[in-house]
Amino acid sequence: MSIFEYNGSAVVAMVGKNCFAIASDRRLGVQLQTIATDFQRISKIHDRVFIGLSGLATDVQTLYQRLVFRHKLYQLREERDMKPETFASLVSAILYEKRFGPYLCQPVIAGLGEDDKPFICTMDSIGAKELAKDFVVSGTASESLYGACEAMYKPDMEAEELFETISQALLSSVDRDCLSGWGGHVYVVTPNEIKERILKGRMD
Amino acid sequence: MGDSQYSFSLTTFSPSGKLVQIEHALTAVGSGQTSLGIKASNGVVIATEKKLPSILVDEESVVTNVNQMSLLQVQKIQHLTPNIGVVYSGMGPDFRVLVRKSRKQAEQYNRLYKEPIPVTQLVRETATVMQEFTQSGGVRPFGVSLLVAGYDDKGPQLYQVDPSGSYFSWKASAMGKNVSNAKTFLEKRYTEDMELDDAIHTAILTLKEGFEGEISSKNIEIGKIGADKIFRVLTPAEIDDYLAEVE
Repeated sequence: MSIFEYNGSAVVAMVGKNCFAIASDRRLGVQLQTIATDFQRISKIHDRVFIGLSGLATDVQTLYQRLVFRHKLYQLREERDMKPETFASLVSAILYEKRFGPYLCQPVIAGLGEDDKPFICTMDSIGAKELAKDFVVSGTASESLYGACEAMYKPDMEAEELFETISQALLSSVDRDCLSGWGGHVYVVTPNEIKERILKGRMD
Repeated sequence: MGDSQYSFSLTTFSPSGKLVQIEHALTAVGSGQTSLGIKASNGVVIATEKKLPSILVDEESVVTNVNQMSLLQVQKIQHLTPNIGVVYSGMGPDFRVLVRKSRKQAEQYNRLYKEPIPVTQLVRETATVMQEFTQSGGVRPFGVSLLVAGYDDKGPQLYQVDPSGSYFSWKASAMGKNVSNAKTFLEKRYTEDMELDDAIHTAILTLKEGFEGEISSKNIEIGKIGADKIFRVLTPAEIDDYLAEVE
């Protein structure tokens, strides 16, 4: 069994029309046993950049703390927020620093860049960036997520439709994966507001 | 760094609260060749005297390729990044060291964030290096003041960095031998809505004010950056054109 599958996770991000959505499951497990059903995998870096981390839960938490630390210092020094592309480059560099003893996480980064253009990317545990124009997935349910997103996604969706699409994709994918599930956590971000919603799916 | 008498920092406070070595460093700057910078509404220009010590100095100048990098043996104006340039007054060798360190810092930032370094950040890091040399054992402060000219998302910017490590943002400034005359001249001539070409003319006139001998494209250097965000050192031919316009 791979260490990436120890805790179980599912994270997905999608691009809409001047908005993006990022969603994750809520299960924290120790192999077959479920420990928590409210685990936070997605975190806000600032109002326009979110990061979702799948993989080993301890690394998820530590990496998030390190990234928030770096971003706070950046904000103080440069007196501005980081652009999502810049943040993604930073995450990639931080992951590669540990090339021979990596953080066992796969991040999904989503943000609104200049002119409110949505940006999403994912990377592997040692920082290989993968930019996408439509959606990115990560976690133990990633194969199902790829299939569901490919089928359900269409470009230029507005915020409400994007929410429906990403929720359906997430819930149907985690239902096929025993290690992730127990509901969903969805953030839909537009230039004016951040909408956070909890989904109730098959609670197993 | 060393035992015996030289392991303490040379920059220890005097009873009057001054750091005497920094004062001396500023004197070294003040006896260097004049340099100046002007921030226009759409760019920045920096310029300096380039008096060679004798006619026997081999000042080979070869203009290569579209980037117009002239391979002068003695080039006083240097790039730190494609959109930030720098000139100095004071000790040339100290300037070389600072340029090298600053270029490395700029490139490290770029490698980490995949974004060009903002001018203020690079100035701050360079100033930090200069300050470190005023508080370490066995070293002396840098004998240069820098004028950093850059154009980034915040627009055109001009900064002066002193041997102490303090930095200031200027609309127009001068350093070196002729500093007081040059600054007075600039105060009179500077206008907020000046454009880059006007600024270049003003820079030439300011240099002319205290110039010993005949000003020509061989004994001054001019660097400029406009809204295209590319810092360029002007070729001698371009300087000749501006000189002709000024006459």
